[in-house]
Amino acid sequence: MNSIQQEASKRSRRAFLTLGAGAVGVIGGWSWLNRGKGLTGLAPAFRSVLDANEKVASSVLFSDSHLAPQFAPGDIQEMRVNGSEGLQEELDLAEWRLKLLPRGAKEPSREFTVEEIKALPRVEHITSLKCIEGWSVVQKWAGVRLSDFTRKYAAGSEAASYVGIATPDDEYNVGIDTPSAMHPQTLLCYEMNGQPLTSDHGAPLRLVIPVKYGVKNIKRIGTIQFADQRPPDFWANLGYDYYCGL
Amino acid sequence: MASLFGGHTPTVGESEAISKNDCIGNKMAVLRPWSSIRKELIMTLPTKHPLAIRWAHWVNFPILTLMIWSGLLIYWANDVYRVGVGSVTAFHFFPDWFYKLTTLNNRLSEGMAIHFLVMWLFAVNGILYVAYTLISGEWRLLFPDRNSPKDALAVVLYDLKLRKELPPQEKYNAAQRIAYTSILLMGAGSLITGFAIYKPTQVAWLTGLLGGYDMARWEHFWLTMGYVAFFAVHIAQVAKAGWNNFQSMVTGFDQPAREAAGE
Repeated sequence: MNSIQQEASKRSRRAFLTLGAGAVGVIGGWSWLNRGKGLTGLAPAFRSVLDANEKVASSVLFSDSHLAPQFAPGDIQEMRVNGSEGLQEELDLAEWRLKLLPRGAKEPSREFTVEEIKALPRVEHITSLKCIEGWSVVQKWAGVRLSDFTRKYAAGSEAASYVGIATPDDEYNVGIDTPSAMHPQTLLCYEMNGQPLTSDHGAPLRLVIPVKYGVKNIKRIGTIQFADQRPPDFWANLGYDYYCGL
Repeated sequence: MASLFGGHTPTVGESEAISKNDCIGNKMAVLRPWSSIRKELIMTLPTKHPLAIRWAHWVNFPILTLMIWSGLLIYWANDVYRVGVGSVTAFHFFPDWFYKLTTLNNRLSEGMAIHFLVMWLFAVNGILYVAYTLISGEWRLLFPDRNSPKDALAVVLYDLKLRKELPPQEKYNAAQRIAYTSILLMGAGSLITGFAIYKPTQVAWLTGLLGGYDMARWEHFWLTMGYVAFFAVHIAQVAKAGWNNFQSMVTGFDQPAREAAGE
């Protein structure tokens, strides 16, 4: 074997060893990323990256002036019913009250009837509800801006980092960053396609938040609480992204 | 070939300079100055694939595998695409047996977590690759030119044994130029359509340009199917081209021909 072939063999060996080491590194790195996978089905490394993505999205992309596209009445589609967590108990609409806990409050500062909420300026929009599963449905929503509600009844709470919203039985809950909650299209919604909400769709009051996936559009709101720590979130506890921002 | 590593006798000064500045501990440098050896090696083991391109290629392999895999975990949750006309479906993506075989059902959250981590690596690797090909001038060998469409047809006909001669080519033939540039554009397309369905409100203008949210998801899916098709053809062509071609994507050079006598 001449020297050039020796050199070729040496360099080939080195190149293939590097490739092999790289393959081992990828497999090792992958199991390292997946370490500590708990009951929530999401390893801490992946959670950290989702949270880092949230920081990028909320600081670089998010803006109150970025609105979800609006559609024409002719684009409204047939609604799907998806998700009944927190809707299992019979609900007496006459007895229903919305409980509000402003920032720092341990107990509800006030309870509201639907009529009191409807007294705020009515806002309508025809937008698509995007399910985290990948489908979307265009609907006409009517309600009051969560930001209007907050400014009137929980002034100062906008400074909190999060809003936690739960069903009356607390079986379903969502945590939302305050900027998204205060987005002008985020509604405390009481009407869908011109009709009062049905029980399936969250009567008497649900959240419509087009800057988030459907999972955050909680039905049958029982309490709204402003907090500086992340409130519990049903799907985030099951391995989904906490932010879910669109 | 032999003349290339024959009689260069280094001067004393050259040897000393080398041993001070270069290659300490390299046995060959003790015998001969590294500069002369390296000069010969460059002439005799010419670089076919630059190091940067080999890294980008092999780094992309696990990245793209993970992106496709996690993409399928996500797609499962709303698996609406098919090949068909009207109510007649020729193939549904995907049949139940496929999900059972691959166990990629009921893993949406996992798929999203993987997809939204590896997407960064995919983007960075792609950008580095493009930057390298632009800066090094390698793009001239990869980008199709005026004759490429015609020549690519000739290459395909040749591969199908319908034509006897290949058109003249440089490092890559016309079909390769088109394929390797297309796959790059597809990568950019995946990033763009992916961004449009990842943040359809914040970049609503982009999602709108792509035909809306549902259309962007459809495009994102079919680009992925395009990768799978590319991969199948790529593997077949690499297998057909043989070991020396394959190993050059690892080592960077074609193996030198063995000389018959005295080796």
